[in-house]
Amino acid sequence: MKLVIERRDISSTLLRLTAPVVSIAVALLFAGVLILAAGINPFDAYREILYEAVGSTYGLSETLVKATPLIFAGLGVSLAFRMQIWNIGAEGQIYMGAMGATWVALFSGLENHWLLMIAMFCAAFVCGGLWAGVAGLLRARWSVNEVIVTLMMNYIAILLVNYLIYGPWRDPQGFNFPLTAQFADAARFANFFDTRLHSGFFLALFCALLLYLFMERTIWGYQIKVIGSNPQAARYAGMRTGVAIFAVLFLSGAIAGVAGLSEVAGLQYRLQHGISSGYGYTAIIIAWLARRSALGVIIVSLLMGILLVGGDSLQMLWQLPIAFVYAFQGLILFFLLGSDFFIQYRVKLIKGVQGG
Amino acid sequence: MVEILLDATVRAGTPILFATLGAILNERAGIINLGIEGLMLIGALAGFAGTFYSGSPLIGILAAFAVTFAAGSIHALITVQLRGNQIVSGLAMTMFGIGVTALFGRGMVGQTISGLERLPIPGLSQLPIIGRAFFQQDLLIYTSFVLVFLLWFFLYRTRIGLALRTVGENPAAADTCGISVSLYRFLAVTTGAGLVGIGGAYLSLAMTPMWIENMSAGRGWIAVALVIFSGWSSGKAMFGAYLFGGITAMQLRFQAIGTDISTHILQMLPYVFTILVLVVSTIRLQKGSSQQPQGLGLPYDREDRK
Repeated sequence: MKLVIERRDISSTLLRLTAPVVSIAVALLFAGVLILAAGINPFDAYREILYEAVGSTYGLSETLVKATPLIFAGLGVSLAFRMQIWNIGAEGQIYMGAMGATWVALFSGLENHWLLMIAMFCAAFVCGGLWAGVAGLLRARWSVNEVIVTLMMNYIAILLVNYLIYGPWRDPQGFNFPLTAQFADAARFANFFDTRLHSGFFLALFCALLLYLFMERTIWGYQIKVIGSNPQAARYAGMRTGVAIFAVLFLSGAIAGVAGLSEVAGLQYRLQHGISSGYGYTAIIIAWLARRSALGVIIVSLLMGILLVGGDSLQMLWQLPIAFVYAFQGLILFFLLGSDFFIQYRVKLIKGVQGG
Repeated sequence: MVEILLDATVRAGTPILFATLGAILNERAGIINLGIEGLMLIGALAGFAGTFYSGSPLIGILAAFAVTFAAGSIHALITVQLRGNQIVSGLAMTMFGIGVTALFGRGMVGQTISGLERLPIPGLSQLPIIGRAFFQQDLLIYTSFVLVFLLWFFLYRTRIGLALRTVGENPAAADTCGISVSLYRFLAVTTGAGLVGIGGAYLSLAMTPMWIENMSAGRGWIAVALVIFSGWSSGKAMFGAYLFGGITAMQLRFQAIGTDISTHILQMLPYVFTILVLVVSTIRLQKGSSQQPQGLGLPYDREDRK
């Protein structure tokens, strides 16, 4: 008897489609063991998550609210993935987008709703884009590792926002709390169905559609895919990879920046601590699970939305730290990576010794 | 004043030093590990819990090594045996580490332990300026001095070290020579992870003897950048780690004496500096001052051999 590993000629489509589902299921199982080890009944925990996140209209709306920034950030990260660029800095780009939008809302002097909306959108877009653009420039010019740069920029962005809300932007009427003044009504998104669901969600869906069209129907999208799959061929074909790297990271960060706009204009109405509670990191796993498809990003973001809403209530019920969601996401990634092996290779048991 | 600053530099640099040495061991075998941040947290919690339950920091350090060794085997299994994407697996490890330590660290928040004690070396510890910083330290700092030398000796003066470097440079050649690529890579990843874990334990046993959620605060990522800065050599890693230790020490000093500069701006310094260091060392790398292992980041499949 002998175990033989051989490469599949064609990777199995069936396995490719089922792998994410199986990975999530196995990750749920292992996360259950961890929850159990922490002294909580995992079945109660999972039931609670489902009940809170999809068991009522309000729960559903909260899930959509949580999914909103995830869709933006997930789209941004997945765009960079297309070109084999790792944007680990969506978290910081969200903060910067929120900062730009807040500046317009509080200090631009604009009063017209639509003018404000457009200006806030542009500010968030540019701030998020430039924040990622730093990594893009360094990568394009000197091949500096973008993983580390985008990640370091996260810490810097959060500290910069902290500096603003503890210092120059602090609300004078805010009883010394570290937050800015509230936005005027003209600087807020509309809400729907008497819930916290806001226009940001629909903007995110629209953004996904635009990105899909951009990737599949334009020459730029085509170039990004070529550079991603074969940079050498792209260079021979005369594509300017350096410019493309900067442009893609800029756009990637800009889309993540809009998530920041959506959070401050749709939900919080001010700049404060924890504008993003790790959405930028969750976006990485969303982009990977979605296998770079825009529709996939929406679906996975909704799933992660369920997890976050449920996670919040677990925190309130059993003081289960919300960071636990990361452990679950890490597990999903581990199993997904593991399953890739079985998509590409076949493991056979051969009797006798003649094989191999 | 200089003595105190130098002492704070060494203490702040040590966790980063351990992590960088561990990461160098990983990358020398050809495996990128972006899970350093998560592994440091796991080491910090395991070290703290081990010390808390046993009363001995020594047990805590061993626990940190053992637990991160085990956690590192997940990364090793995925990247070596299953030939998975090293970048994503590392990121997953970081997320996993942040998450599980938050979960299992709940009971440790607010607990106290007696951390590592200083063990002055007779005679040397009385030296002016450097005496306090280098010879009045704790066990782990002395260990780190030895480890810097040991890692160099192992990589460049032993047969196994040569084999390990070959695995990282040219796994196909190593395979042809009868060296087990997967075994070397697996052990390099797990042992490296163990060293990272000791770096984490230094945070919770010596720097601030308590457990705080997410207490590594980006040090793991700084270590990842330092690997490139060091040109994959342990001596330069020591220099780089103390450079960062120095910046942290100065930043704390500034905060203590009070300046007009916001603490939030001061806290940005290590991160801004990491980017600068990374840019400079990448440019130097391209000029050929040192070379990254040729097989870095690439899974090895015997069928691909040319």
